[in-house]
Amino acid sequence: MEQIVDINNLSRSFGSNTALDGVSFRATAGQVYGLVGANGAGKTTLLKHVLGLLRATSGSVRVFGLDPVRDPVGALSRVGYLSEERELPEWMRVDELMRYTQAFHPTWDASYARELLESFELDSSKKIKELSKGMRAQAALIAAVAHRPELLILDEPSSGLDAMVRRDILDAIVRTVADDGRTVIFSSHLLDEVERMSDHVTLMHHGRVTVSGRLDDVRGGYQRSRVWFGQHFDQPPVLDTALAIEGGGRSWSVVHTGSLEQFHHAVLALGGEVVESRDATLEEIFLARAGRSRQQVEAA
Amino acid sequence: MDISINLTDGVPIYRQIVNQVKYLVASGLLEPGEELPPIRTLALQLKVTPNTIVKAYDELEIAGIVHKRHGSGTFVSEARQKLALRERRRVIEQRIDTLLAEAHHLNFTTEDILRMLRERKAAMNAAEPADVEK
Repeated sequence: MEQIVDINNLSRSFGSNTALDGVSFRATAGQVYGLVGANGAGKTTLLKHVLGLLRATSGSVRVFGLDPVRDPVGALSRVGYLSEERELPEWMRVDELMRYTQAFHPTWDASYARELLESFELDSSKKIKELSKGMRAQAALIAAVAHRPELLILDEPSSGLDAMVRRDILDAIVRTVADDGRTVIFSSHLLDEVERMSDHVTLMHHGRVTVSGRLDDVRGGYQRSRVWFGQHFDQPPVLDTALAIEGGGRSWSVVHTGSLEQFHHAVLALGGEVVESRDATLEEIFLARAGRSRQQVEAA
Repeated sequence: MDISINLTDGVPIYRQIVNQVKYLVASGLLEPGEELPPIRTLALQLKVTPNTIVKAYDELEIAGIVHKRHGSGTFVSEARQKLALRERRRVIEQRIDTLLAEAHHLNFTTEDILRMLRERKAAMNAAEPADVEK
């Protein structure tokens, strides 16, 4: 399949602060990539490299086979971008913003733009600075998708928005992929959104990629099991493949990796039994990999 | 098509769609020859990536539940009884396994559970005389 983004061993520091540390990331055509991680994990920095807004100090970035810093026109004319801040020219009216954006993009689809304006019920004679937060996001979204980009990049698109506008944004992702087999990369802290919308998921933590793969493979690599023991445990029982464990006494819930058989043996060795196992949810994996669940148990 | 996605029980979304379509077909709510929604339509309705719908429809086709007609769409297949039965058994057997494991830990014998099942069913029938048997 066609390689849209190819990032190899990318590192980046701001002063003494390491923002990206040996990050590799690939995106192929027709797929949706969800990027998750806490604030400051490096998601926005990574996306800015894809957009050529930051130059790779070490490692390489290729978008459509081009270096987006050296060939911004070649790469970026094929990209649509919705930034978290949604920087828009405040003094423009909505229709002026559309004409302005259109001027940069020969592939602008005026009827698609009009259709979106109507479905969002945006008043195109309004100035950007008069728009509500949700309406700004909708205007920025039209500007990002109406040239039907081959690669759509959304940085925290749902951040601070109500359910209605979030829905518009998810619809835009679905249409981008379903109508033309184009590619989407989006970052989000809303894990249910990532789980619904992503074909691939990449989890970042302190500037590194800790988990990356097809969503189903990632999900299949982690289980959540309920375990009952013959004896009481005051402290969480120690199990090799466990990443997070919560509960108390004889009954514990464990998020773990590895084979179920291996886990059964480990539990059996402690005089317990696995009552029930299922694939872990993305949220459970995220919390386990970020190492927070154990602390929550200790605090409780 | 009446399908709902639940993100709390760890079942992959494509599998939830597969299971629910199988249920809709097995229960007759989707009839042989009936067309499933186009991929784009169902993706927009469920707010999921279109590739998940593709994967679910592919799996349903492999299982013989639906077939694709080139250039038109995805349709419910005829001759579904045998597969539907196997599928129905699978769903129930998973529940039974969980029930038996819990029963064991709470010190109920299999005979206790069988008796309780009948009692519960009798109580349910008394409360809901219109209960439809399949």
